[in-house]
Amino acid sequence: MRRETLLNAALMLLLLAVPLWAHVTDEPFTITLATRAVIFAIAGVGLNVALGLGGLVSLGHALFFGVGGYAMGILAFHAQTYAPLIDWPVTIDGTKSMPIIWLVAIVTSAIAALGIGALSLRTTGVYFIMITLAFAQMFYFFTISWPAYGGEDGLSIYVRNGFPGLNTMDPIQFFALCYGLLLLVLFIVWRIARSPFGLMLGAARQSQARAQALGQVPYRLYLTAFVVSGAITGLAGALFADLNRFVSPTMFSWQTSGEIMVFVILGGVGRVFGPVAGAALFIVLEHSLGGLSEFWHIYLGAILLGVVLFARGGLYGLLAGRERAHD
Amino acid sequence: MSTILLIEQTLNGLQFGVMLFLMAAGLTLIFGVMGLINLAHGSLYMVGAFAAAGVAAVTGSFLLALAASLIAAALAGVIVEMLVIRRLYDRDHLDQVLATFALILIFSEGTRWVFGSFPLFLDTPDWLSGTVMLPFGIEYSRYRLAIILVGLAVAAGLFWMIARTRIGIRIRAGENDREMIGALGVNISRLYTLVFALGAALAGFAGALIGAIQTVQVGMGEPVLILAFVVIVIGGIGSIKGAFIGAILVGLTDTLGRSLLPVLFGLVMEPSAATTVGASLASMAIYILMAGVLLFRPQGLFGARTT
Amino acid sequence: MTDLVLDIRGVCKSFGALQASQDIDLTVNRGEIHALIGPNGAGKSTLIQQIAGGLRPDAGRIIFDGRDVTGLSTAARARLGMGRTFQISSLAMEYTVLQNAVLGALGARGDVFRFFRPVMRDADLLATARAALTTVGLDGFEALRTSELSHGQRRQLEVAVALTLSPRVFLMDEPMAGLGAEGSRRLMELLNGLRAQAPILLIEHDMDAVFALADRISVLVYGQIIATGTVDEIRANRDVRTAYLGEEEDA
Repeated sequence: MRRETLLNAALMLLLLAVPLWAHVTDEPFTITLATRAVIFAIAGVGLNVALGLGGLVSLGHALFFGVGGYAMGILAFHAQTYAPLIDWPVTIDGTKSMPIIWLVAIVTSAIAALGIGALSLRTTGVYFIMITLAFAQMFYFFTISWPAYGGEDGLSIYVRNGFPGLNTMDPIQFFALCYGLLLLVLFIVWRIARSPFGLMLGAARQSQARAQALGQVPYRLYLTAFVVSGAITGLAGALFADLNRFVSPTMFSWQTSGEIMVFVILGGVGRVFGPVAGAALFIVLEHSLGGLSEFWHIYLGAILLGVVLFARGGLYGLLAGRERAHD
Repeated sequence: MSTILLIEQTLNGLQFGVMLFLMAAGLTLIFGVMGLINLAHGSLYMVGAFAAAGVAAVTGSFLLALAASLIAAALAGVIVEMLVIRRLYDRDHLDQVLATFALILIFSEGTRWVFGSFPLFLDTPDWLSGTVMLPFGIEYSRYRLAIILVGLAVAAGLFWMIARTRIGIRIRAGENDREMIGALGVNISRLYTLVFALGAALAGFAGALIGAIQTVQVGMGEPVLILAFVVIVIGGIGSIKGAFIGAILVGLTDTLGRSLLPVLFGLVMEPSAATTVGASLASMAIYILMAGVLLFRPQGLFGARTT
Repeated sequence: MTDLVLDIRGVCKSFGALQASQDIDLTVNRGEIHALIGPNGAGKSTLIQQIAGGLRPDAGRIIFDGRDVTGLSTAARARLGMGRTFQISSLAMEYTVLQNAVLGALGARGDVFRFFRPVMRDADLLATARAALTTVGLDGFEALRTSELSHGQRRQLEVAVALTLSPRVFLMDEPMAGLGAEGSRRLMELLNGLRAQAPILLIEHDMDAVFALADRISVLVYGQIIATGTVDEIRANRDVRTAYLGEEEDA
């Protein structure tokens, strides 16, 4: 079996085994950590579609993370205050049902990605990087200054949202939900990577000229990837908000954008399971180094610098060697 | 809104713009000459502010503090360039973004480790505090006026340097064809370090100047960095003129937006709603401006029509 | 059904004071290899870009298979059957030889926006890809990563990818560049057999290849076509000798 496939399986098993063990030994905090890792992984898998598959350096992916989070926050807020979102022309109530919230989060993030992407993808290179960062910042400042949903202080959701048939307040059950979603998202992205679209997108990433000579319009390929990417990261945002039962403008911050990128890079850009490794590694570092020093970001920075300068392929590059061409 | 208030806000917008120009000019120079996107520019801004605050606390002299900001930021720039940045010139933009993001983490936490989490204070010097009387009976902050004048002087100096001096020629040539000027005997390595240090010094200087009217704290640089990016997108990358015009545009739009929009909405809405809507829209104004430029001129107002 | 596949009429292009293309008339007929030669800086690449779609001429028309394509994009012209190979190779370096060929076949078939089927198991695409690879002689190399190919092999792959598009004309921009004697010979054989599938507009510096392959030659100097004719006609043409071949006499 290929090394990469082995690593994928080992990673997913580990990610399942640790919280199960914690459940048995009654350590809910560890389960929460594992859930955080899974949610971050989903966010990273989302970014990887744009970044790894499409070669789009989006420095503003926190935008979608935040949109998903606030989709959840707004819906749940209106449900818990028993006030409808809008009264006219049709009454829309809030909701605390996870499936509906996830759907809304995915759709709104996709729409945001469509708008932002349509505009930003008219440029390339550094412009694109700066513009995506700027748009995320715009959302950040907007949510700070819009008082209806907490402004700078954010919004607290008192009770975790519900999923039919499960007790979502139970850490292991909520973990299972998130893990299930991660599996689903990984499957989707894995299929996309191997699809005609994935092949052509990768070609456009390596050579725009080649894609054009093949009769393709790179803009359309990139925009599609960007929308899928945003939708997945938006879902992660909704889950994150649910985990913490809290949304705030920090979900839109440049630090969050940077962190999502770190998950992808640490694991290995372009590898479908890379962000899972990266997110897990990040949580481990956050927990271990963060426990040693409150300035642990210095070490994170040093590690990141080391990876960029010397271990470009991330964890997967180190352990599984060069990415095998799909054949 | 009275005319006097309007003029005052315009001056504030100018002051804001001039500071943004100092940041954006360095960034655009570094990108134009070396092809490098530098996220750590905000950290250099912060270094300048901290150096100024530290020296001011010890010596009590504002001028020494300003000098310190220039030196400290330039020094930090040189060290960072020699240790990290020069390995990135041949890398793709993703690597540059990640590596300089890593530098932000190191600089920010490093500063917090040395100075603690509480903000430092840098006071405006006595000889610059208070107000000054301008024509038409406008009373304006002496310090802010000084910032505008100093900023314009620096801008003029930059334009002169780029257009008239040998270094300027090398910079302009470097922007066009790196390999060529290397073949012509210009020491590329030294030129790059110089350009980076220059950009750093400009950022640090801006940090020190602003540090006196805002607080000096960790993380102060990144919001300004992002604004500088907006300036560059609007003005066009690689163009100092674009950076200047873009910066003034952004400064005016933001400042005037914040003061005028709530008033405008107050004409059609009741006051509390007007303030909320106005303030929220004002916070987005410059990004909407950026989006507008993107729609019609994706390469920026003065940018070259390239990728 | 006309024999005229590509008809370039009165194409002009200026960059400020520089007139890169001055009133260029050029035709490519079915079954022929039409070589375009000229000294460096004559404007050959500029002309190819205007034909393929990257550059818009200031004046003139590009008529492809009887259809005016002057206003169409590169992608649109590619879809209509213009197969272009590049002076600077634009293959997807990370992909294998087979993947690049499948890419071409996929581009030709057009159903790119499919997200769930594994493209490398598509029988149709694989068949087209493998046929093209066999034509150019790369069928033993399909699992190799493109970056590991030799320069000559990459040229062959470029031609294979162009083939998968079932092109109606080939625009080849210095395919011989950088090839050694053996690589050139192999590529020449390939191009010779290729003209039956689709005519070739060939920009080349390698005079041996040009004289061996070309049915007709056009000479471009300072943005103008100064002569068009058969190999013998061009060899004998005084203006051409002075402007261009004169420098090659001692080669």
